This record gives sequence, C-alpha cells and structure tokens, in this order.
Amino acid sequence: MSSTTAAVNARELLGVGALTNASLTRWLHGLPGVDHVGADGRAAGLTTRSIKTTSKAWAINTAITMIDLTTLEGADTEPKVRSLCAKAMAPDPGDPATPQVAAVCIYADMVPVAVDALKSSNIHIAAVTSAFPSGRATMAVKLTDTRDALRAGAHEIDMVIDRGAFLSGRYLQVFNEIAAIKQACAHEGTHGAAAHLKVILETGELATYDNVRRASWLAMLAGADFIKTSTGKVSPAATLPVTLIMLEAVRDWRGLTGAQVGVKPAGGIRTTKDAMKYLVMVNEVAGEDWLDPARFRFGASGLLNDLLLQRQKLATGHYSGADYVTID
Amino acid sequence: MAKFEYAPAPESRAIVTIRPSYGLFIGGEFVQSTDGSRFKTINPSSEEVLAEVTEAGEADVDAAVRAARKAFDGPWGRLLGAERGKYLFRIARILAERAREFAVLETLDNGKPIKESRDVDIPLAAAHFFYHAGWADKLEHAGLSGGSGQPPKPLGVVGQIIPWNFPLLMLSWKIAPALATGNTVVLKPAETTPLSALLFAEVCQQADLPAGVVNIITGAGETGRHLIEHPGVDKVAFTGSTQVGKAIARSIAGTRKRATLELGGKAANIVFDDAPIDEAVEGIVNGIFFNQGHVCCAGSRLLVQENVAADVIMRLKRRLQTLRVGDPLDKNTDVGAINSAAQLARIRELTQVGESEGATRWSAPCTLPERGFWFAPTIFTEVSQSHRIAQEEIFGPVLSVLTFRTPQEAVAKANNTPFGLSAGIWTEKGSRILWMADHLRAGVVWANTFNRFDPTSPFGGYKESGYGREGGRHGLQAYVMTGATR
Amino acid sequence: MSPAATRRNSSEPNAAADQRIEVRKTYKLYIGGAFPRSESGRTYEVRAAGPAGRFLANAAMGSRKDARDAVVAARGAFGKWAATTAYNRGQVLYRVAELMEGRRAQFATEVAAAEGLTPARADRVVSQAIDRWVWYAGWSDKIAQILGGLNPVAGPYFNISAPEPTGVVAALAPQHSSLLGLVSVLAPIIVSGNTAVVLTSQERPLPAVTLSEVLATSDIPAGVINLITGRTAEVAPWLATHQDVNAIDLTGAANADNLSWAELERASAENLKRVLRPAGDGPGAVEPDWSRTPDLTRIKAYLETKTVWHPKGH
Repeated sequence: MSSTTAAVNARELLGVGALTNASLTRWLHGLPGVDHVGADGRAAGLTTRSIKTTSKAWAINTAITMIDLTTLEGADTEPKVRSLCAKAMAPDPGDPATPQVAAVCIYADMVPVAVDALKSSNIHIAAVTSAFPSGRATMAVKLTDTRDALRAGAHEIDMVIDRGAFLSGRYLQVFNEIAAIKQACAHEGTHGAAAHLKVILETGELATYDNVRRASWLAMLAGADFIKTSTGKVSPAATLPVTLIMLEAVRDWRGLTGAQVGVKPAGGIRTTKDAMKYLVMVNEVAGEDWLDPARFRFGASGLLNDLLLQRQKLATGHYSGADYVTID
Repeated sequence: MAKFEYAPAPESRAIVTIRPSYGLFIGGEFVQSTDGSRFKTINPSSEEVLAEVTEAGEADVDAAVRAARKAFDGPWGRLLGAERGKYLFRIARILAERAREFAVLETLDNGKPIKESRDVDIPLAAAHFFYHAGWADKLEHAGLSGGSGQPPKPLGVVGQIIPWNFPLLMLSWKIAPALATGNTVVLKPAETTPLSALLFAEVCQQADLPAGVVNIITGAGETGRHLIEHPGVDKVAFTGSTQVGKAIARSIAGTRKRATLELGGKAANIVFDDAPIDEAVEGIVNGIFFNQGHVCCAGSRLLVQENVAADVIMRLKRRLQTLRVGDPLDKNTDVGAINSAAQLARIRELTQVGESEGATRWSAPCTLPERGFWFAPTIFTEVSQSHRIAQEEIFGPVLSVLTFRTPQEAVAKANNTPFGLSAGIWTEKGSRILWMADHLRAGVVWANTFNRFDPTSPFGGYKESGYGREGGRHGLQAYVMTGATR
Repeated sequence: MSPAATRRNSSEPNAAADQRIEVRKTYKLYIGGAFPRSESGRTYEVRAAGPAGRFLANAAMGSRKDARDAVVAARGAFGKWAATTAYNRGQVLYRVAELMEGRRAQFATEVAAAEGLTPARADRVVSQAIDRWVWYAGWSDKIAQILGGLNPVAGPYFNISAPEPTGVVAALAPQHSSLLGLVSVLAPIIVSGNTAVVLTSQERPLPAVTLSEVLATSDIPAGVINLITGRTAEVAPWLATHQDVNAIDLTGAANADNLSWAELERASAENLKRVLRPAGDGPGAVEPDWSRTPDLTRIKAYLETKTVWHPKGH
C-alpha cells in the first residue's frame, strides 16, 4: 500500500524516510488551529455581500453549471435516474438557453442507466462509492464498489473517508484508503482520462473546525482532486464556516505544492441566496481560479429549482412559482 | 475584468430627510442661536454639502446648561428610577425602529460604509440605551453606594463632547448612562458629524422626554470650550484627542468638576507563531481597517513574532486585495472615505514621515474616487520602535508592522508608549493569553478577537489614553456621587 | 309611533346591537407554546371573588400528565433559552411587557373579578405587574456583573465565578395575587435562562391564562414558560417529586387547600431540588406583599455558580 504515488509524494512533502502514523500526526497537528468564533465571524461577514443585477445573473448561471444534481435514495429506480438525467440536460423546459449542470451524482449501481441517459451530453457521472454513506466496510468492499462504478462508466468518484479511523487518530489508514481508491481512479476508468476523485470528509461527524482542516490536508496529501463536505445523510451537512476552512486549505495547498484541488459543499444548500453566499466565499477566500465547475461544485437537488425560479424572475421581472419548474 | 464583479448595490438615501438647516436643540425644541454662527457639514465621500448647522456661541451654551439645570431641578430629578428607565427603553426602541434611517444618515455624514453603520454603529447604540434603561431602577445593586443600600445620587448637569468617528454610538455611550443615573445632559457632537445627533433630538421628542433632559448644541472647538468651562456643569465627559483631553484636564483643575476622558491610542496587536493564522489575519484587518482606521482603540501596530512574520505579512497583503474601497452607501464597500480634508492631510503627512524614516510602504491596489477624501489601506513593514509611525496615532487606514522574538519582548514593546487604550493577543495557548493580559498596560485586552464592543463591557484607557470607563457596571461610576473625596 | 320607538321595538340592526351576545373566551392550558385542554378532559368552575361570586369560566383542571408534558416541554426548551444571549432575553422579556400594556384593559377586568377589586385598584395592580416585569427584564444582562466576578486566588491562576441557570423550575404561583404575584414569581425564573412550569392560583387562574396568550404572541420560545391551571394540591406533589425538575418555588403553598409545603420540600429532597420556601415564619406560610420592589432573592434562588480556573504563564 505504501507504494502508491501518493505515498511517495507524501514522504517527500513531509521530508520523512517512511510515511508513518506518527509522522502524519506531527504534520497534521502542526497545522495552525482554527478559532471557531473567528471562523464563524468571517463566514458571516462574507454573507453581507449584496449581489445584484448583472452579477446576480452571472452567479445564478454559474451556480447552475456547478451543480452535481443528486439522487441518493434507497428507493432510487431506473425511471427516477432517467428523470434526473433529463433534468440535468435541460433544467428549464421553458428556456432552452438555461445552462446544463456539471454532473449527476448517483449510487454506483445506477451508473449504467445514467451512461445511457446522458450519452448525448457532456454531463459527467459521479458515483458515490466506498460503502457510502457510512464508510463502514472492509477495504476490499470499498475498492470493489469503486471499480464497479468506474467500469460501468463513472467519470467521477465521490468516496467517503473512514471517520472512525480519523477520530481515533489512525491517519495513515485514512491516507492509505484514499490513495488506493485514487489509484483505481487513475487506472480503471473507461473514459481515457483518469476519473477524478472527490473525498467526502463528512464534516458533521468530524465536529471541530480543527478536524476539518486536518482532514482536508490529509485528503489532499493522499491525492484528492476535490474535497467534499458531506454525504448529505448526516446533519449538519455543508455549512459556510466549514466550507471556508476547506477553501483556505485548498488555497494554502496550492501555495505549498502548486496543485489546485476543488471543493464541493453538499447537503443543506437549498436556495439561490445560499448558493451566492458560497460563490462569494469562493471568490474572496480561494480566488477566482476556483470559480469554475472544474474546481467548485454544489452537491444539491432542490437548489436547482430555486436557481431556475430566480433566473425566471430576472428574465421576466416578476416573481415565479412552483408550477413553473419541474419537480423531476 | 474580474470573473465575479459585484454590481453596484447602493442603499437608498430616500429613507432619510435632511433639513437644509438646523438650529440648536435646547429645552426640548429646536431654537435659533442667539450669538452663534453657521457652518456646513458635508459628505466626505463626495464633498457634497448636506446641511447647514449652527455653531453655538457662549450665550447658546449658557442657555443649554440652564435648560439642563432646570430639568434636573424639576421633573427629571423627581422621577423614580423605574420611570427614567422607561424613557430610555422608549429611546432604545425608537432607535431600533428608525435604524435604517440612522444608518444611512451616519454614512452620509461620516463616510463610513453602510455595512458598518447598519451592522455595528446603530445596533450597538440602541443596545446601549436598552442596557442602561435596565439600570435606572437598580442602581442600589450596582455597588456604587458604599453599602448604604440606597441608590447613589446623580451629579447634576453633564457636559459631553463626542468625536466624529462613531457619532451616534459615542452619543449613546455618553447619554445613556448619564440619564440612567438621573443626570441631565448638554452634548456637543463633532463639527464634521452633527447630523445623527440632531436626528437623535427628534427621537427624544418622539419619546416625550421631558424638556431640557437632553440638549444638543452643535459647534467646534470654541463651543466645546464654553461647555467645559461653564460653571453650571458638574461633570465633563470627553472622547477625542489626547491633546484636547489634556487641555480639559487643565481647564477643570481647581474646580469640583469631575471628568472622564477617552483619548487616543496606538494599540499593539500581537500575533504569536501559534496563532490561529487565518482568524488572526482577519483580526489584524479588522483592527486597523475597520472604520477606515478612525478608531481610538485601533490595532495600529502589528507586533508579529519574527519566525512567522513573512508568512503573516504575505497573507495580510493577499487579504487586503479583497477589501473594497469606495462609495460608502454601496452595501459591498468595506472601506469608506476619510472623514475630512484635515484628517486626510494628517494621514498623508504621517505616511510621508514613515517613508522618510526608512520603513517600507505598501498599499492595497485600488481605484480611489475622484471627489471626496480617500486613502488606500496601507502597510508599513520594517518599522522600528523609535519610528514616529510606531509612536504617533495616525488615525487612518495605516498599519505599522514590527517584530518580536519572545513574549516578554512583545509585552515590553506593546507597553512602550504613553498610550494604553487597548491591545490584541493572538495565540492558541490559553495560559499565555492570561499571562499577557496580566502584563499589558491597556484598558481593553482582546484575545483572538479585536474591536468587540458591548454595552456590558467597560471600555477605557490607561495612561494618556485617558481615565474612567464607559459601559458595564463600572461605567455608571462616573455619573454618580461617590463617597469621600470625589 | 315615533321613529325612536319604532327602533326600540323592532329587530332592526340598531336594536340588535344592544343585544349583542359576546364571544366568550375558552381558558386552556399553555404547554410547549400550544393551548391544549387537560389530557384528563376535566374542567372546573372559576367564580368571581366574594361569597356569591358569579360564574366566570370553566378552566382546565390540569392533571399529573399535563404536568409531566409541561416538564418535557420545559426541558426541551432549556438548552436554547439558556444559550440565548442575556441581551436577547432582555429584549424578549421587554416585548412581553409591551404586549401586556396593550392588553391592560382585559387584564384589569379579569383581575378585578378574580380578586374583588375596584376597577381603579385593578388598574393600578395591572400597572404594577407590567412594571414588575420590566424591572426583571432589565436584569438579564446585569446578573452576571453583580453575582459573578474574579477571585484573587493565591497563585498564578485566572479564577472566575459565573452564575448559570439551574434548569427547569417548577413554581406554585400565589393563590391570592393572580397577576402581580404571578409575574413576580415567574419573571425571575426565566430572566436568567431557566424554563418554568407554573401551577397557577387555583381559584383565580384566569389572568394567568390571559398572560399565556400574551406569551404565545410574544417572542418567548415555545416551552420556556408553561402554565397549568387546576387543583394545587393534586398537581404540586407530582412536580415536587419529578426527577427532571431542578428547583421548586413553594410560594403558592400559602393559602392552598390540603397542602403541606413541608411535605413538598421533603419530596423535593429526592433529587436535591433547590427549594424556595414560602414566605412566613416557622411552619406557617403567608403570601408576601407584592407591592414592594423585590431584591435579588428570587433571581439568585435558581442560579448555580460555576468557578473556572486557568493558569497564567507564557
């Protein structure tokens, strides 16, 4: 396991001969702490930005292009997923100029359905794997889960970290799991280029901002292309302060290594107002290089409709209603 | 062209009506001056004239003091504390009701961003009145009466002079405790920011405050001098420059007038190598660029531990590039206009000095408007303790950065100043915070935060930053009779 | 016939206005921000003060299960209410006073009927009740400054003592003073962040129910205050023995039928509730003079003190 590309890079970055749990611990615990009240204050301060007229129109369209349109229910069926894909391609039947979303986010066994439904588009398929949402299964199961998704045609893999391992300090284990799945993404996708890997930290279970910072850095060290806040199955899911810390992490990671990692808040982002607060935060904390679907995504379902309603209001000048957006 | 440009988001001016001219508020009414003159107040972000106001003359000041005395000897002096409190509750509620109107007016007259007047100045001012309303009938519990169990007696007529940096907030810090304890007031707002005080006079009328309890007299230095020197004033409360504070202290010497003075500062914001770095950068920015640096307790000296200085400065400069300088009425503006041409000249002069002393100057790139008074947020690095820009209060968006190696050195440098108003400490180590707080000679110590104000939290300085405290239980002290000597 | 006589004799609108039947109020419990009837389905007659007191209304006769539900609601509301800033609590309480002032006429009518007062006297009592509430509202952000403080321990330690609310407080409201006494008992409980379950005066419960309507339309969160009407002797023991109640105010044991406050205090010992004994000397219990401005006793009764140490070193 320690022969992954990630492990080699990590040894060099940490300046150690062998990547051990102790060396990882020293490195992660050496990161600056986060003052909880201060971080909440900064996040709250950024929400006072007032985004109007042209900037609002830009933000709404941009937000739509950043959505990973999601359905992750035990009750999902083929028609449900097809419906999701149809909406992803044409969110507003009343306005064909509406941008498409970035990706659909579904369970791995639904990937073949999505591949067929999306074949005429450039929309990506993100599959949740590694025993999503709990992450409580053997590594063998998590890898098989991932490989199945890749072979079926997923472009993106959203994995979960083992929170139990993280909270009990088994950082090397968490590292190795991410690195192994990243390796699978690099070699076993079906689309020519490597599948990109999003690592879900499940920040609601990590509980402290210091843990969110450490988990972000651990995931990036292990090769994450994106760090993602939540599975959406645990409350609290994405919050502005937690996303702030993750944006600071990717900003500083680029400062250190030159590599740009993306951020995806997921769960609990329901309104256009919410989405704009996140975009402002991306803009002012990480910088405009992250204002791109290649570097920032929203994991959401209901958000899309609220964005469409706001888009309709900007276009027509009056408030719209639920009858003018489709439920599926 | 930035990817995400924020479109203009102006707050509407329509909510506030500014009269073309204002008289003086004496004895519950707006009256014409007898021996004064007139001057103009302008919007410092555009130099537009907002209104004409009165410069109260000596006879005007006398009339105001007499009105306050009449109210003190009359209806106000006879009121039960609980009823006094109800007037203050009314004022607090009306301020909250008219909050947006006051915020817009404050921004127009002062130049500060609407975001700040709306989210900080006005809410705190209303909260100050609300807090003090509750004290009016509980003074016997406040530990001021030397154990008698009786409420302490008020002093009488209080003369109050406030600065231009937080006009309505400073008014609330002065008037609320004075009224809660049973005094009456003659207050002079700063000459460049009279309008929110004049609008406050309307609030007093709406609250049916008895005539003469609050009197507002506008004017400049001369008016202030007449007020301080008036024999009918029992107590003086002043917030402003150390220089004027000293003049007031000299002026009342030999009399029985009491004074509280809240003066200048040159606070050290101390960042250790184990600080929560992102929040520390916010704290530094907030410490010196909030309110354009026109803050007596501003963290105008950054003392950063040498081993992290380069990193902190890099992060600070990066952060400054997202500060938005511009139209104060735009809701997205972070840094507004300098309050006056005079203040701008002073800032320019001292930053010139900084350059010639050998410090390295860096300013955030920003486009400054043509009209109005503007100064880009500026950082001086490689500043030494003996540089003038490390010793003198600039009162603008200018930060002087010095370094230190050990906690003891940080304390020594922080204390090595005639001022002593505030200090900041950034470290994750609790015991160091408490040790530093013990050793810093400053009236307000902020740890892992900065520029936090609350009506319950006493504020005031050591040494030449003044004496007396405002806010909290301690702040009531200045407005009541105490035991033996003072 | 003259037009006036025609009007008096006919069933036209003007005559009907003189005969207008009023819409009478139903008096229910106030639990968890809602107005349920007693789960027992019982009610009892409330009559005006005096020997031949006229029928006023049927009030809900609260049961032990209602009390149980109230404690659950109060416990559920405690965390958030205690964590609310003192400033916000003060604002919320002050708003209650604003709403009481708006309803003063209704309160005065009910207090007059309940206590047999003249309209003028009842009006003064209502004013006192409102002012009493305002007095307590102003304490929220001052308690810590009076009752807390730094302790100068003999060592390099920062040491601070701070008051904290104890939790869920049960209170027997005064039997005689149906509004002024009620607010004098209730406000000091909640101003510091506790939540309350109050058994109202048994014979004079109606002003309390009107107060609960004020509370429901104010910003007081659901569950912070719960008011139960009914027989004091029946419900009080269930609150005194309730293990999830942290403190109990026995003021209303005075003049209550079939009630021994000593028994209630004994029962409260089971989980060491903080007990506020009724006014009086020895075994007797009397109702205090509510017109006097209180001191801090009632606020202090429901506060814990937490002392925190931290070393000071670099």
